[in-house]
Amino acid sequence: MSADFLYGIEVVINGLMAGVLYALVALGFVLIYKASGIFNYAQGVMALFSALTLAGIMSGQVPFAHLINAIFGTDIHYFGWNVPVLAAIILTLIVMVIFAWGVQRFVFRHLVGQEPIILFMATIGLAYFLEGVGDLMWGSDIKTLAVGLPQGGSLVVEEWTAGLGGDDFFGFFIDELDMAATVVAIILVIGLIGFSQYTKQGRAMRAVADDHQAALSVGISLNFIWVLVWSLAGLVALVAGIMWGAKSGVQFSLSLIALKALPVLMLGGFTSIPGAIVGGLIIGVGEKLFEYLIGAPYLGGATENWFAYVLALLFLVFRPQGLFGERIIERV
Amino acid sequence: MNSPVEHYVTTDGRQIGGVMMDLRDITLRFGGVEAIKAISFDIREGEIRAIIGPNGAGKSSMLNVISGFYKPQQGEVYFRGQKRPPLKPYQVARQGVARTFQNIALFEGMSVLDNIMTGRMGHIKSNMLAQAIWAGKAQREENENRAAVERIIDFLEIQAIRKTPVGRLPYGLKKRVELARALAAEPDLLLLDEPMAGMNVEEKEDMSRFILDVNDEFGTTIALIEHDMGVVMDLSDRVVVMDYGRKIGDGTPDEVRNNQEVIDAYLGVAHD
Repeated sequence: MSADFLYGIEVVINGLMAGVLYALVALGFVLIYKASGIFNYAQGVMALFSALTLAGIMSGQVPFAHLINAIFGTDIHYFGWNVPVLAAIILTLIVMVIFAWGVQRFVFRHLVGQEPIILFMATIGLAYFLEGVGDLMWGSDIKTLAVGLPQGGSLVVEEWTAGLGGDDFFGFFIDELDMAATVVAIILVIGLIGFSQYTKQGRAMRAVADDHQAALSVGISLNFIWVLVWSLAGLVALVAGIMWGAKSGVQFSLSLIALKALPVLMLGGFTSIPGAIVGGLIIGVGEKLFEYLIGAPYLGGATENWFAYVLALLFLVFRPQGLFGERIIERV
Repeated sequence: MNSPVEHYVTTDGRQIGGVMMDLRDITLRFGGVEAIKAISFDIREGEIRAIIGPNGAGKSSMLNVISGFYKPQQGEVYFRGQKRPPLKPYQVARQGVARTFQNIALFEGMSVLDNIMTGRMGHIKSNMLAQAIWAGKAQREENENRAAVERIIDFLEIQAIRKTPVGRLPYGLKKRVELARALAAEPDLLLLDEPMAGMNVEEKEDMSRFILDVNDEFGTTIALIEHDMGVVMDLSDRVVVMDYGRKIGDGTPDEVRNNQEVIDAYLGVAHD
């Protein structure tokens, strides 16, 4: 096999892995949108916030330290202990569940039955509020997130595959972090699907997504389901936050990954979990392959920044409901 | 006008028990409009109770009050002898009150089977993890719930459409699936909001038969709203008649039929 072809394959594999991360963010959007019709602009900030919280808890930071010091004239910043990764993840999840409850109790409970655009505006407010809370709680400095995930290219894969090509092929370069992210994402998706298909709460979630009135009449509490859904979105945000945070540090730009999820949603549809995954993979592979085949040689590179949006635009024109979205049928 | 307080047996041999639900002086307002004006009536265990009246009489509002979808401004609801605090609809459902809707509220994206399974929601007690990995008690429970749902499917003769997505079904069958879902909860009180609206004669006959069978075989207490006077008179043990939010008649079908106010409301009367 020629080296060029093999490098093409490497690009595809790396694209798939980047796609998994996009899918992970998109999944958070789909969960909330499906169950409540809310397009949650704050999903990206939730990822940032959960990563900040995780990093903060792990390093034993005192939450709201700045505020406390300003009020009481103290000078405390750290508890002086380090929390083990697993315990910190569990604590962060608890924080995300409390956040989910708060969002439902103080925001969306009062907005039931409002126009989608108003719900959307509320999530924009929520995004900036949460960003501010994140800053206030943990400070605005860039944090590293060392949760023990492997980093750098995988030598094993490189050695294994080096023999495939000729003399100018040196094996696939695949980031170990991407590989770990892929495994985690697959487990998460299987877990979510199992949950929604085989448990009472999952069935209730699908019921609420379908018809509120009918759900109420069979004894489902809408509030409970919405808190549940926001908690699940919090879990997905945490996983995405860990992966992206481990990759490029926990900083404000982490919240911008939400923008990467938009084209994925346009491709996959806003209401389909498989759609979010396939959409993510297509965008991941598409942008890497486009860059490799066309962007870098002919267009001067850096096409990854816009390729996804152009692809999404094409989809909007020809298949507005996305690949797996519920079909739009208009009867006159 | 009301039937005796003691338990009795109907002419066709069904047991009618004491008062299950007692509505006292219910008043419901939407802004300045009084949809229900100080209405009181009761529903007894094992009976089929009809609420009739012309369009806009407040019948559906009454059913919505019973099922917790509307909160009356005044009046009290007594359920099984106890005063009921203001409850959310899902809490009322969990107390054993199931309902159907005038405009059909089904989960259109799910199959008929899944729709009916949601009716069993209150009968699943095992924890989330056990359900997900399908272990021990959860599996037994799931099997029991499946069996119960299959009995209802047989009972309502919808075996042929078990796996069909509800969105694809014709109107008459949707009505039947909605009834199946309500029955799956094994309710003590079943509320039917115009179960026969928009049906042809044959479908109406089927639905009447199902309603009678449900009441007869499961002993379910039923309160229903219906427009078709003939159907109501055949089905029900006692009838409440509403007009412009007021109660204008209450009693056996025969008593109601001969009530002058009811005749006026239905046939129209010259107002001076």
